[in-house]
Amino acid sequence: MVERRLEENAQPETLSGEWRSLVNDWSADREAFPKVSWNKTMMWIFLLSDVFVFTLLLVGYMAVRLTTQEAWPDTGEVFALTIMGHDFPLLLIAIMTFILITSSGTMAMAVNFGYRRNRKMAALFLLFTVLLGASFVGMQAYEWTDLIQKGVRPWENPMGAPQFGAVFFMITGFHGLHVSIGVIYLLTVAIKVLKGDYDRRGNYEPVEVAGLYWHFVDLVWVFIFAFFYLL
Amino acid sequence: MVTVASADAHEHHEPQSFITKYVWSQDHKVIAIQYSLTAIAVGLVALVLSGLMRIQLGFPDSGLVDASSYYQFMTLHGMIMVIYLLTALFLGGFGNYLIPLMVGARDMVFPYLNMLSYWFYLVSVLVLMASFFVPDGPTGAGWTLYPPQAITGGTPGADWGILTMLLSLAIFIVAATMGSLNYVTTVLQARTKGMTLMRMPLTVWGIFVASIMALLAFPALFVAAVMMMLDATMGTSFFMPAIIAMGQQLPHEGGSPLLFQHLFWFFGHPEVYIVALPAFGLVSDLISTHARKNIFGYHMMVWAIVIIGGLSFFVWAHHMYVSGMNLSFGFFFAISTLVIAVPTAIKVYNWILTLWKGDIHLTVPMLYAIGFVVTFVVGGLTGLFLGNVIVDIPLADTYFVVAHFHMVMGVAPILVVFGGIHHWFPKVTGRMMNDTLGRLHFWITFLGTYVIFFPMHYLGVLGMPRRYFDYDYEFIPQSALDLNTFITIVALVVAAAQILFLYNMIWSAFRGRPSGGNPWGATSLEWQTPQTPPGHGNWGPAVPEVHRWAYDYNVPGASADFVPQTEPQRGPSQGHGHGPEQPGEKGHS
Repeated sequence: MVERRLEENAQPETLSGEWRSLVNDWSADREAFPKVSWNKTMMWIFLLSDVFVFTLLLVGYMAVRLTTQEAWPDTGEVFALTIMGHDFPLLLIAIMTFILITSSGTMAMAVNFGYRRNRKMAALFLLFTVLLGASFVGMQAYEWTDLIQKGVRPWENPMGAPQFGAVFFMITGFHGLHVSIGVIYLLTVAIKVLKGDYDRRGNYEPVEVAGLYWHFVDLVWVFIFAFFYLL
Repeated sequence: MVTVASADAHEHHEPQSFITKYVWSQDHKVIAIQYSLTAIAVGLVALVLSGLMRIQLGFPDSGLVDASSYYQFMTLHGMIMVIYLLTALFLGGFGNYLIPLMVGARDMVFPYLNMLSYWFYLVSVLVLMASFFVPDGPTGAGWTLYPPQAITGGTPGADWGILTMLLSLAIFIVAATMGSLNYVTTVLQARTKGMTLMRMPLTVWGIFVASIMALLAFPALFVAAVMMMLDATMGTSFFMPAIIAMGQQLPHEGGSPLLFQHLFWFFGHPEVYIVALPAFGLVSDLISTHARKNIFGYHMMVWAIVIIGGLSFFVWAHHMYVSGMNLSFGFFFAISTLVIAVPTAIKVYNWILTLWKGDIHLTVPMLYAIGFVVTFVVGGLTGLFLGNVIVDIPLADTYFVVAHFHMVMGVAPILVVFGGIHHWFPKVTGRMMNDTLGRLHFWITFLGTYVIFFPMHYLGVLGMPRRYFDYDYEFIPQSALDLNTFITIVALVVAAAQILFLYNMIWSAFRGRPSGGNPWGATSLEWQTPQTPPGHGNWGPAVPEVHRWAYDYNVPGASADFVPQTEPQRGPSQGHGHGPEQPGEKGHS
């Protein structure tokens, strides 16, 4: 840990405060982001790449929504849940969104407990997150079944533009895949926490790295919710 | 101890058996060689395909190639050369070998991921090659794979061919992502003591920025590939408008073929620079080393690389002026395209000013480097024609375009590949490549490519359309056929001359003159390894410490005409390598 900065004093005097520390970091030897591990760096860069994947999927959705000749179905009606004879527009999606955002909270708690070296609580909150994520995937499966029963297919859609079905299955499928991978990933991390792997290593950072991924998946859902379900 | 991740903190076990050492290897040097050899092998396939196409164009009556095969060869030639050869070779080959050695790391930060990256790449190549054996052969949609024709009947390989192609691309993207994550993280976080970002050799800068671009551009191709796969298999209509083909209404409607073109070129144009930026970096180091002079305007060179990388994400639609896109966009994209000429010109001027009054050694790598600069200028100038909407419209889809992109992103980067292989071969094998064979190969290749591609500009202006299997020489003058025959003969000679290079590489690897550790008298870290070729872990017991930039050639008062990066600075300012004694910043070269 000695001599991390090579040339602290070589910077121009005109810079001060945060700018100076930014320049120091970037002009430093060894690491452009000191105190950030290789794993965390890689996860951030990977997520940046994944941002482009989801952005382009959403842009593709917007483009075909503009070009299709038939009317786009009203998502409020399509995704309505009928309870006791009343239609609640987007109710299921609202619950799913709520669950996923809650899971971000439990994930943050798990990271927090990890850094406090509270093995049991960290594992507990990780398992909470896994449970919430799995229930999200379950509801998505229900939503898919529901739409398929209404006759929506990737290639056709009785309620209007066929692209609605295509986009729906592609985007929610791709996001659901991310959530499912996340559930497995978090489960693995939770097992490692329980086994005490990170206690022995003296470092709970893998929990945080997994958390980065999970928060990203949640954030992407917010955009999908906004652009696909609300608009 | 979050920041435990320094290069020394990792235990490096030397692999013992042949399998772990050369096959399932996690050593970046072995992976680099695996990547390079695979890329060269698949590149040879593409070279043969281009020869077959040229035979058809030069001798239309030969009957060697039928129309379907011609389109299939054309598609595979383009795709292989751009992605499976150049991208893989620059990032997976040169990037893997040079990044850890040049920044003073013991290996890539994630060796296992690095190994996976290669094996995914190999699988993608095998899937691509498998497309030659599927029922309808490989896709003949052109390397841009434009829908709707890519997946409608009548196009060769519209069933199986296009699916294997898309699948192979998707696997390649996974491989490239794993590789690029490694390269970027290694450059950012695993440099040795004293190696600041602004002391990195330009090779590392070029590959670094290209890797970031790969991470941001390949998602577009991935998304496009997924959507097209759904269109082809599930009957969705992302890219497919309502079409009547062979008198039948196809089961598609309402899609947007333009969307594919936008997605493809949002990947495709950065892809040009994913290939070009590493070439820029390599060539800068080649020129500086063999002209025994510090690179002119190092900071400018770095910023030019970064700015080109950034700008290249805002120019994609200049490939689409004639696509039916709203032409008002065309003028925006024409401007952004021409703006890229500024940082590019800075780089060219800096290469020339590096050569200016240098102690130029006309070694084989230097010949290739100069060849690159010349070729890049020629190809870049025709880019100015095509970047302008009004000039592009008559020239679009003619041989002028073929000549342009072959010069600027075919021949030019390949010359750098040859130069780079000649330059770093001694480090990889411990032996020099044969000089006479190298020179012979250089002159045949360099002059040959001009004889091949210069006349194509003329053919383009004559109005000869590209991607035609055969021409009715009524509307193009008969002389065009003679010119095509001439080009074909030269192309076959140049293609055959590549055997010289292959032979040279194989022969020199076993029989070449032993080179010693630093045959070129170069300054950068990879030449200062204790062993040549570098052993596992690269640096022996201690990683090197860097005290200066990579371009201290012919420093006044120094004992040799180069000062390695590991050499401590003299005088009171020791340890302040960014300080006053750096010649590049003071400009007293």
